[in-house]
Amino acid sequence: MSDLTRLTAAELSAGLTAGEFTSVDATQAHLDRIAAVDGDVHAYLHVNAAALAEAEAVDARRAAGEQLPELAGVPVAIKDVLCTIGMPSTAGSKMLEGWVPPYDATVVERMKAAGLIALGKTNMDEFAMGSSTEHSAFGPTRNPWNLERIPGGSGGGSAAAVAAFEAPFALGSDTGGSIRQPAAVTGSVGVKPTYGGVSRYGAIALASSLDQVGPVSRTVLDSALLHDVIGGHDPKDSTSLKDAWPSFAEAARAGKRDGSLKGLRVGVVKQIAGGEGFQAGVTQRFGESLELLADAGAEIVEVSAPNFEYAVAAYYLILPAEASSNLAKFDSVRFGLRVTPEGGGTVEQVMAATREAGLGDEVKRRIILGTYALSAGYYDAYYGSAQKVRTLIQQDFSNAFEQADVLVSPAAPTTAFKLGEKLDDPLAMYLNDITTIPANLAGVPGIGLPMGLAPEDGLPVGIQFMAPAREDARLYTVGAALEQLLEERWGGPLLSQAPDLAASSMLAVSDGAI
Amino acid sequence: MDFDKALELYEPVIGLEVHVELSTETKMFSSAPNPAAKGNHSAAPNTQITPVCLGLPGSLPVVNEKAVRYSISLGLALGCEIAPTSRFARKNYFYPDLAKNYQISQYDEPIAFEGSLDVELEDGTVITVPIERAHMEEDAGKLTHVGGATGRIQGAEYSLVDYNRAGVPLVEIVTKPIFGGEHRAPEIAKAYVATIRDIVRALGISEARMERGNLRCDANVSLRPRGQEKLGTRTETKNVNSLRSIERAVRYEIQRQAVILAGGGSITQETRHWHEDTGVTSAGRPKSDADDYRYFPEPDLLPVEPSLELIEELRAALPEPPAALRRRLKADWGFGDQEFQDVVNSGLLVEVEETIAAGASATAARKWWMGELSRIANAQQVEPASLATPQQIAEIVVLVESGELTDRLARQVLEGVIAGEGTPAEIVEARGLKVVSDDGALIAAIDEALASQPDVLAKIRDGKVQAAGAVIGAVMKAMKGQADAARVRELVLERAQA
Repeated sequence: MSDLTRLTAAELSAGLTAGEFTSVDATQAHLDRIAAVDGDVHAYLHVNAAALAEAEAVDARRAAGEQLPELAGVPVAIKDVLCTIGMPSTAGSKMLEGWVPPYDATVVERMKAAGLIALGKTNMDEFAMGSSTEHSAFGPTRNPWNLERIPGGSGGGSAAAVAAFEAPFALGSDTGGSIRQPAAVTGSVGVKPTYGGVSRYGAIALASSLDQVGPVSRTVLDSALLHDVIGGHDPKDSTSLKDAWPSFAEAARAGKRDGSLKGLRVGVVKQIAGGEGFQAGVTQRFGESLELLADAGAEIVEVSAPNFEYAVAAYYLILPAEASSNLAKFDSVRFGLRVTPEGGGTVEQVMAATREAGLGDEVKRRIILGTYALSAGYYDAYYGSAQKVRTLIQQDFSNAFEQADVLVSPAAPTTAFKLGEKLDDPLAMYLNDITTIPANLAGVPGIGLPMGLAPEDGLPVGIQFMAPAREDARLYTVGAALEQLLEERWGGPLLSQAPDLAASSMLAVSDGAI
Repeated sequence: MDFDKALELYEPVIGLEVHVELSTETKMFSSAPNPAAKGNHSAAPNTQITPVCLGLPGSLPVVNEKAVRYSISLGLALGCEIAPTSRFARKNYFYPDLAKNYQISQYDEPIAFEGSLDVELEDGTVITVPIERAHMEEDAGKLTHVGGATGRIQGAEYSLVDYNRAGVPLVEIVTKPIFGGEHRAPEIAKAYVATIRDIVRALGISEARMERGNLRCDANVSLRPRGQEKLGTRTETKNVNSLRSIERAVRYEIQRQAVILAGGGSITQETRHWHEDTGVTSAGRPKSDADDYRYFPEPDLLPVEPSLELIEELRAALPEPPAALRRRLKADWGFGDQEFQDVVNSGLLVEVEETIAAGASATAARKWWMGELSRIANAQQVEPASLATPQQIAEIVVLVESGELTDRLARQVLEGVIAGEGTPAEIVEARGLKVVSDDGALIAAIDEALASQPDVLAKIRDGKVQAAGAVIGAVMKAMKGQADAARVRELVLERAQA
């Protein structure tokens, strides 16, 4: 049997259906891979002890002749921001260390109903605040392409797990780029669906008006398959859309057919297409991708979104404001960490001591920012203005989508930076999300996929497409089409060029501690 | 300082905030059973909860559509305009009874605003109270402070939290300042809350039991010297749990503030705590207009946008306004002014009305509620309505009126009803309280009584009919009271001549 961890989710599904191997085989292969490389990568915070038993149950149902959903028996990783019965759900915070929710997030329920096997929970920046996964209370995740580099964030764990073949695909969440930016810097694929397209119930909230759960994978088709499973209306989430959605897997397959890009208007967003802050290799690969698209019949147009300039500023008022309120519940009264000051104390003192000890610096920074932005006398100047900018950005999108069917930009301005490089410079860290934040502010969907390696450092760079709200299917079609063109050029998937971690882990050991 | 003197020097201005717990089946934002629903008030602590009530990470609120309908109905009954778009907002503050450390409420976009309510005082005077707004929100949990002498947080060793009440749907109704109440200000406050209670009961949207906290009132009181335009500093008195307390608390606050002002002092803007037992208020926490709750629109919920059709459907279904209803009931029941006013003032109008609707005569319904039930309730220090339902009382009345029960037996049946022994019919059966209507048994007892009292027999035969009383008494005693006295009397006279 070939190495099952090298197969895509679609290939695993086909192999399981054809009886070439069992879910136990596939699950065991991934558990072995986790055991071999996760000491270095640290993509997982928790590995599911029941994974093999769950795989056995699916195999038994298949053996009994039961008609199973398409992805039944395929393993998946879950970002630790999602609530799971039977597995701790910490959101990367000491505050929730060991907390096991009494319920599954809706997306987890749907994933289980589809017969997917949870491999475990993946690492993330604490409460999804960060772009490097260095803000996890449980230690950083490392980029499988270079263990000295960050895997992006906040969903660095899910992206690294997928890129390191520790899972075929994973669930993530994206508030300002937490799915797409890690995908860009690890050479994987990630999708932020239309706001309301996927239920947020059971996703530990960062900023409610921006958060969206989505898939992370190595291929566009795999993201589409997972999106089909988790998407759709959920009565437990009031902001969930009631639309009937088309099959995203079908949209991805359509992208691989000849002529799928013919006549498609691709709008290059002037303000986030390059320039200051964008690495040369990113700009170069972006230009080459646009040429490929044009050669395949797409019409490349330039569009302007003048208010994108203010997106990061507005985002860093809206997000902290909502987060300051969402995170108030972490007070030690009902669940999670409790720290009692020496000699006891009032409930206020216990709450303060707990939050002092249980929350990391970046979280505190944003809570303070947000509390300030909402305060009487400052609300209009900060939160109020930011909401106005948000409206202007939505108008920019509307105008742009009159000239283009999809918008395009690099998925991140740079390749993966070094661990620790931006830890003391929060503003530099925030600017890493300059390309991804506008989609969250407007609620439109975005996909990030690999567009090559930057010549200067040999690290992956990603491209992002954005579509009008509710037009997620368009992203899968365009994404799959470009993916096919690029892989033809590369002679295979980009990730097949990634270093062999099993070998590097030996090095790591001989080098001493990493 | 006495009340009249205080009024001579100062003009009282009051403002009232009334919280109404809606009796929907489930809570405002979750599928948890609502402890404010009928018959669900005594659940064990922390049993009526879901992850949403506890604010567990990842949980999300969903608006209870029925609570919105109830709120619109209430807004309409208060003469308010209903907002075509209203929004929920988060009110942020840390307190352990508030699971999320923010309350989902409404801030600058309430569902109902700009209304007015006609309130009838005991002497029939009608006062129009201006309503500023009515908005939807969720209730907080309940804290029990253990180890202190007073049961309050000061001095307590620890506190227990019960989240059953967390998320119970509330409508908060806020009046504009009420001017010109003068010496009637305390009575206006009481009558206003009583009227809201009548309205929400008539709408069937709240159990409206003040002693259970279904209806809560915070009374704002300020005084200004005669002739001064500018409003004085106000206090907000909380924990006022009965109609009577509202009147007393407002009256007390007027006198307390007058003493301070007349002595050259100034009023501290603060919440005050009403003490039912001592009849005074004590200082709570300072409250300034600068309290910063960092309100912002609740991003987990969409705006509430009721259709015009829905609003008109609810408007058409509104019950009669209380004042009109009273005029009609008084005429229907044929009560005199005083008789009717007594019922209104006792707060038992709804019970009497429902008892009549369930088949009792108006006179009997009034007699039972105002008499026996009020007496027992008073002795047990509970509300009469907590003792029995109008349907049960009506059933007893019907049994009496058909001759199956005597008044005395009926009181025993009521005793059984209060003890929870079942329906009146079941209690009659179980306790064997049926009137003996078997003439044979009665005649045997009468003959025996007459034989043992020959002197009485002689008197009756002499035409001294009132002498029969002694025999009737003996027979009734022999029958353990389960006989119709009128029939016994007939038979005694008949047998005496035999």
